[in-house]
Formats: sequence, structure tokens, C-alpha cells
Amino acid sequence: MSAIPDIAVSLTVNGERVSRRIEARRHLIDFLRLDLGLMGSHTGCEHGVCGACTVRVDGRIVRGCLVLAASLDGSQVETIEGVSDSGEIVDLQEAFIARNACQCGYCTSGMLMTAADLLKANPRPTREEIREHISGNYCRCTGYHAIVDAVETVAAKRNGRAGP
Amino acid sequence: MNEIIDPRSVDRPNSYIGKSIPRPNARKLVEGRGQFVDDIVMPRMVHVAFVRSPHPHAKILRIDGAEAIAMPGVVRLFTGADLAKHCEPWVAVLAHLKGMKSAPQLPLPLERATWAGEAVAAVVAETRAVAEDAVARVRIEYEPLPAAVDMETALSPGTPAIHPDLGDNLCFQRVNESGKVDEAFAAAHKVVEATFHSARHTGVTLEPRSILADYNRGSAKLTVYHATQAPHMMQGVFAKHLRMPEGDVRVICSDIGGSYGIKVHVYPDEVATAVIAKIMARPVKFIADRLESFATDIHARDHRITARMAVDAEGRITAIDIDDLTGIGPYSVYPRTSAVEGNQVVNLVGGPYDFANFRAKTTVVFQNKTPTCQYRAVGHPIATAVTEGLVDLAAEALGLDPVELRRRNLMQDGTYPRTSPAGMKFEGLSHEKSLDTLLGMIDYAGLRAEQERLRAKGVHRGIGLASFIELTNPSPFMYGIGGARISAQDGCTVRIDPDGSVMAATGVTEQGQGTEAIIRQIVAEAVGVPIGEVRVITGDTLTTPYGGGTWACRGAGIGGEAALQSGLAVKEAALKVAGAMLQAQPDALDLIDGQIVERKTGQARMPLAELARIVYFRGDTLPPDLPRELMQTRHFITKEYPFAFTNGVQACWLEVDIDTGMVNLLKHWCVEDCGRIINPLLVDEQVRGGIVQGIGGALYEHCVYSPEGQLLVGSMADYLVPMAAEMPDIEVGHVETPTRESLLGAKGAGEAGTAGAPAAVMNAINDALKPFGAKVFAQPFTPERILAALGKVPARWPVESPAGSPSAATPAPQPRAPGVQAQAAEKSPSLLARMFGRR
Repeated sequence: MSAIPDIAVSLTVNGERVSRRIEARRHLIDFLRLDLGLMGSHTGCEHGVCGACTVRVDGRIVRGCLVLAASLDGSQVETIEGVSDSGEIVDLQEAFIARNACQCGYCTSGMLMTAADLLKANPRPTREEIREHISGNYCRCTGYHAIVDAVETVAAKRNGRAGP
Repeated sequence: MNEIIDPRSVDRPNSYIGKSIPRPNARKLVEGRGQFVDDIVMPRMVHVAFVRSPHPHAKILRIDGAEAIAMPGVVRLFTGADLAKHCEPWVAVLAHLKGMKSAPQLPLPLERATWAGEAVAAVVAETRAVAEDAVARVRIEYEPLPAAVDMETALSPGTPAIHPDLGDNLCFQRVNESGKVDEAFAAAHKVVEATFHSARHTGVTLEPRSILADYNRGSAKLTVYHATQAPHMMQGVFAKHLRMPEGDVRVICSDIGGSYGIKVHVYPDEVATAVIAKIMARPVKFIADRLESFATDIHARDHRITARMAVDAEGRITAIDIDDLTGIGPYSVYPRTSAVEGNQVVNLVGGPYDFANFRAKTTVVFQNKTPTCQYRAVGHPIATAVTEGLVDLAAEALGLDPVELRRRNLMQDGTYPRTSPAGMKFEGLSHEKSLDTLLGMIDYAGLRAEQERLRAKGVHRGIGLASFIELTNPSPFMYGIGGARISAQDGCTVRIDPDGSVMAATGVTEQGQGTEAIIRQIVAEAVGVPIGEVRVITGDTLTTPYGGGTWACRGAGIGGEAALQSGLAVKEAALKVAGAMLQAQPDALDLIDGQIVERKTGQARMPLAELARIVYFRGDTLPPDLPRELMQTRHFITKEYPFAFTNGVQACWLEVDIDTGMVNLLKHWCVEDCGRIINPLLVDEQVRGGIVQGIGGALYEHCVYSPEGQLLVGSMADYLVPMAAEMPDIEVGHVETPTRESLLGAKGAGEAGTAGAPAAVMNAINDALKPFGAKVFAQPFTPERILAALGKVPARWPVESPAGSPSAATPAPQPRAPGVQAQAAEKSPSLLARMFGRR
């Protein structure tokens, strides 16, 4: 359609092998949403600031709007749909629902990916550490307090303690 | 039968009102399985991108789309003239705002662009990326015109009128006066005064404005998937301005990624999208990108207020006098108008206090900047900052503690109903009880002691208080009487289905507040079924009762009461049928937890599902004349009061680094009274989210413009919003004064946090700076402004003023001139020229 070159890429998305020719300028978030129909990750600021497009690539969280999909040949990509189906973050999801840590839901996918990332690296975070780790994820609705509560509760439960 | 007892007093089955019940629609959202407008893909769908003016004011001489249209994947290009043939222009005025004027507006302008970022041409392509590529190839020849940028000089003789037909740049002016203001000031023991600025900022919904319009030429019907708070209003707008019967337009709201008032307005590019869909007879999608959001979402709160307060020797407020100036961009925004914010300021200033003499003037002017309009807590944060700032100044002047001055002046509980000097009717408020509750939460004496102790160590902490009122449950007095087709009533239809489950369709809408959750609770309790049996439908003009949607904190109070009455009506209908089936008096029966029971004994007689089965499939077994409508609709509108006012008080505890000017928020508290609380879990998070949104305006958010009228913040890297690390934990407390206007007794809660937070933050900063005699009154309270107030850096203000004439914007009372944000460079490159104009 345009003069921008297509690049052949094979990768794994949520456990499924995907092979596509991808426009060189295509960002990962657009690839996921427009080419694969995975609408769970959202486009927010397109400058890597808001975190709405946070997904996992080879185990690390990235901004889908800052990664070029064509650079991901051979990568493992996981999105909110994948971690929902696998049940990996079901306790975080339940806590977000119970604590009303999700209002409009637009930031929630990215927020959950970031929260899961924190708890993997630091199973006993303080409230300040939780705030610091999610400080790249913008939420306009909640004021963050409920999100911090929910993450704190899950950390406590995973450590065999009752939540706050 | 029709009584709602305080739900927390008894723990009976299906008592849901007042309980913290999680939202039924949250699970899909935490799994990434919601459906926002951009998630919808349709066959033959095309994308529209807009060519936007790089100039704040320019004549459009020529539009050359030849190169763009030749690009592969580009389908069509539209100019203003192309769309004008298919669209009625609109003028955003309200008749009850006397003397208000604005100019006719079209989806794309015909002759002139009037702000940097205004859409002037539209390119339709197979993908958004291609449409954007093509936008860069549209050549538009402009003749730049002198721009009216600074609101302070918008009415000066040398400033050109943006719309020559209007004569000048005055949109609206109003003086709200009662008592003998001049005499009160002349007789005052002390007079305090200050000039307050609230910075122009915007909503930054994480989901940008989104619309997908589809026109079917065969059925002549327009279907619009729209991220809007007010689907029925938009149905009317599309119908009227696309010259269609209202019944041929259907507006559907799927999930909406935040609104806060941003998504309740008519945007020219969104109307353009609908017009293009009608012309092309295929689905057309427009999703604003972030730069477009900053340049075209409504801005708000661009106000300068000079204000003074008179107090007597006993510390009683005797008079308040304010003069408000606000710049609203080149057009009043349709259909709510851009004069309402200023009008709210002059209605709300002084709101919590008992005093007699009041004068408030607002002047609303046009300028060549992004249009402003209603944004969460419209006018409230401004009025509260002015009022509470004056109260703290008065306390200081009198040598009184800020709490003591408030105690002496707050309207006393138990003196309602009453009318404020600004003419606002209050049915019942609880300022004193709220303040007492707050003081019980914060350990005021302890904080003061800690403040004192730390000051000795060079650590400067401050406590700021802010009492506030909030306008909720608006009647037609807000918009309807002015001629706007904006519904103040709302309705709910409740239906029992054959399996005994219940469907509720409501005219109020969901953007994350929890509307569906509270409607479900109310209906489950009213009908008498387990909450899991109720499903709620919102946001579809074809399937829900006609209503206003969700704005101005009306969802719970108006939509909730309609749901309650509708649910009770369905229960009554079901019990009539049950009486016939069970040969009992309907009054002797009840419907509890999905079972028809004996009212007295609670003994189960029949499942509701069995009743429904008989009604729907074996109606032959019932008495022939027996009414059996297991579906009822009720509508509700407030009657006695134009608005249901709520009230509350906030406190902020923070630390100011006097070397860097950085503010560190330590803790925030809010006590608020929204009447009957339907779901404490949801109310508390509304309050917390609102507070953080208010803190954003107080500390970070600013749509900075160059003196030439170029917006200098075009991404979230430029425009700061509150993020988690900087925000404090927030404690929320409640007082409940239900409104007697409804059985439910609920008032709104969604804007209270935003209304009070900036004032509490400002007063806390000034309290921390007290040893230095420094004060800040201009939001956002950036480190530079705080350092300027401390005399540590030169003050630069205001950025909007022509260089070298700062005094025009800072009349005498301002003790120190505030600074401007660091990013406001003197000679600014045109961000929009770089991003939109490209040549």
C-alpha cells in the first residue's frame, strides 16, 4: 500500500505462533490491536508516558507504543488476554475488582501488567515501592490509592498474610 | 410498601443499598475484555484524520489536496465547504444567561481558523496511518491574522474582534449582588484581598475522544458508536444538524475510558465524522491522538479573580466581593455553552458561609485558544480556592486559627432550608458536623505540634483546610430553561424475565463511576431479587428510556431514583399477579430474594421465576382482566430545588522544600455529605479520584501558551498529570444528609473531591510558607512559583501577556508575582505547526 518496507517476522503471542509481514514503522501496540485483534492493551499517549499499552516481551514489561513490532522476530509477547487466560494474575484481578481499583478500565490492563511485574521482582513491596513501580502508569479515575491497596493485599496474600 | 429503611440498620436478604458491593462490569475490564470505541472494527470501515490549523488565527486562502488524494489508500478529502452543505451550523448560547453571544460554528470552518489545532480539512483513508500520511500532504495556504490571545486584553480597543459580526470579544458578563457590599467594606474591621489564578488545564481522559459513525443509505439510519456521557443529547444533536429525524439516529456507548466532563460536549471534528459517514454511507472512525486531545479537547478553568473579604472585630465575615475574568477560546462550546463555568463561580463563591453582603462579577471573553467548557466540578475548584484563600487570609489578619474562623462563619447545621447571598437554595447541609468529623480524623492539634517541632529543624509543613459546597442533581434550571435540549429528567425501565431475572435499562450512563453497579443494587433491592439476577443496560438511545446521561453528579440522585421507583412499580405489579395466583391480598405478600413470601411470616409461597413463567407462557390460567405488566418504567425529575447541594471539607498536610520549591504531599482527608450513600466503596473512590484530579490542577497541570497563541504542551511528557508516586494516601469520611426530594435521598458525589482539593493544597502551602511571609495564589503551584514567592528566583508572569507588561495581569493585591512554568520559552516554536502544518 505504501513505500514503507514490510519485514517478515515470526514471534509467539500469548503462546501462539504468529508469522506476519509487518510494516517497518508498525508499533507493537498497533500490531497487537490492528493485526492480531488483541484489543485488551490500549493506546493512551503514544509517547511512552502513560503505560496504557504495557505488555510483556520476553518476560519484561515494555511500552507497546515504543517498540517496533518488526524488531520482535523470535520474541515471546504476552498481553492482558494471555495472562488472564493462564490465570497468572487472577489474584490481582480479583483484588482490583474487590477494591474498586479499576474504574473506567482503560488503564487497567497496563496497570495489572506493571503490578504483576512488581510482585515478581519484589514480593514484599512497601506502599511507597508500589507507588514508585506503578508511577509510569497513568490512571485518571482512581487517584491510585485503591490500586496501591489492591496490590498490597495481593502481596500480603501471596506471602500468607491477611491484607491490609 | 414504598419505603426504604436505612439499609445498614437491618441485615435482611436483598438489602443492597448502602453496601460496598463490587461492580458487575469490572471483570471484563480487568481481563482486557471491555469494548471501547476504538476496539470496534466494521466491514468497509475507513478512518478520518484532520488537517489542523498551525495558526491561532488565519484566513484559509486555498486548500490543495491533489497530492494527498493521489496517495494509495486515500479515499477522499473534505473541506469546510464540502461538509457545510450537509450540516446546519450551531450557536452555543443559553437564553437564561442574559446577553450571552457566540458565533455560528460548522464541523470545519469556511473562511478562518480561529485556534491553533482547529480542524480545517478532513482526509479519509483505509487506515489511520495512511490518513495521517495524507494529512501531511494537504497543502493549505493561510493568511495569518492578528490573534486575541491574552484574556486580559481581549476587550481592549487594540485587540481585533475574533468574530467581527459580534462587535467585540465579550461572550457574557454577569454581576451577582446582594446586600450592601460597599457599606460593609467601609465598615469592616479588616479587609483582606488577593488575586487568584487558576490555570487553563484539561481532562486528559486516558481513552481519547472516540467516535465511529455508520450510515446505512438503505434504511436511512445513522448509528454512532460514541464515547459520550450523553447519548440522547448527541442523538438530538446529530439529528438536528445532519437534518435527520431524531428516530433515524441511534447513539451507542460501549465502554468509555474516562470522561470527567470532557466527553459531554459537541466537538466539530466528531460532527464532521458523522457528516462524512452520511455522505460516504459507510463506517467512519475518528480516534483523537494525544496531540489532538491537548489541542482540541475542551480546556477549562482559565480564570483570574481579584477578590476581597471584609470581616468584623468578632471574626465574622461581613462581605465578599470578587471580579472574575475568564478566556474561553473563539467559540462558546455547544450546547452547554462556555459561560457556565464563570456563572458557577459567581454562584458558588462564599457558598459555605453565613454572611450578608455579596458581589461577584464574571466577564467571559473570546480569545484565539482552544475552546473551554465544563470539566469535572465546573467552577467549584475556582470558587472554593478563592473563598478558602480569603478565609485563611482573614484568619491571619485577625490572629485566629483557620479552624476557629471557619467555626464562627460556617452556615450552622439545623438552619436549613436557606438561601445563600449568591441566591443558591440549600435544602440541608452539614458544614459543622463535617468539620467536626474531619477534625476527629486528622488530629489537628497533633499536626500543629508536629509542624512547630519540625519548623525548628528547618522542615516546613503546612495544613490546609477547605470547606466546600457542590452542586448536584441539576434541574432544567441548569440548561433546559435556556433552550438547550439537555434532559434534566431521567428514566429507568425494569423488566422481570421468564427465568425470574431482572433487566434494568437506564438513561444514565457509565464511564467508570459505577453507574451500572448502583442501578443494579437499587433495582435488586426495590424489586426484591438477588443482586446477581439483575443486569443493567446503559448507553443506547434505542433501548433505554430518554434521559440526560451522566454529568453534573446526577447519575445516582436522578437515575437512581428513577430506578428505585421503577423497581418498586415492578414489584407491585408482580405482587398483584401473585395475589391472584395465591388467592391472597397483594398487601399480605412480599417479594424477597426472588421469592414471593408471606409479608408477616416471611414464609416462601412461590419463586418469582414460577410467577414469570405463568405470566409469559400460561397467561390463560390467570384471571382475564388481571394486569400482568412485569415491565414498568418510571422517570424522575427534581421539583423543589434547582440543585441538590452537597457539602464537605478537605484537609491537606504537605511539606514544602524551601530550597527547591518542591511540594511533597503527605496526607489528604475529605469528609463529604452526598446524602444517602448507595455504595460506600464507589463513593470513596469517586472522592479520592476527584481529589487527585484537583491536586493535578493545583500542582502540575497547565495548558501553557506562547504569547503568540501557540499551545506549548502537546504530549504527556510536556503536560504533567498526577502519577502514583507523588500522590498521598487519602482518608475519606462521611456525613449523610439525604435529600427529601426523592425516596432514595441520594445526591451526587463525583465532583466533591475536585471541588475542594486545590484550595486545601493552596492553603497548606501558604501555611507552610508562613514563617517567610510568602504566599502563592496562582495555580499550578509549581516549584518556580513557590521559589518566586520566597524571593529566591525572579518572578515571570504571566506568559500570556505581551513581554514587559506584567502589571496588567497582576493588580495591586497580589503580594508577589507568580512565575511561569519552565517550559514556556519566550520565542516558542509552533508545536502544532510542526505536528499539524508541516509546511
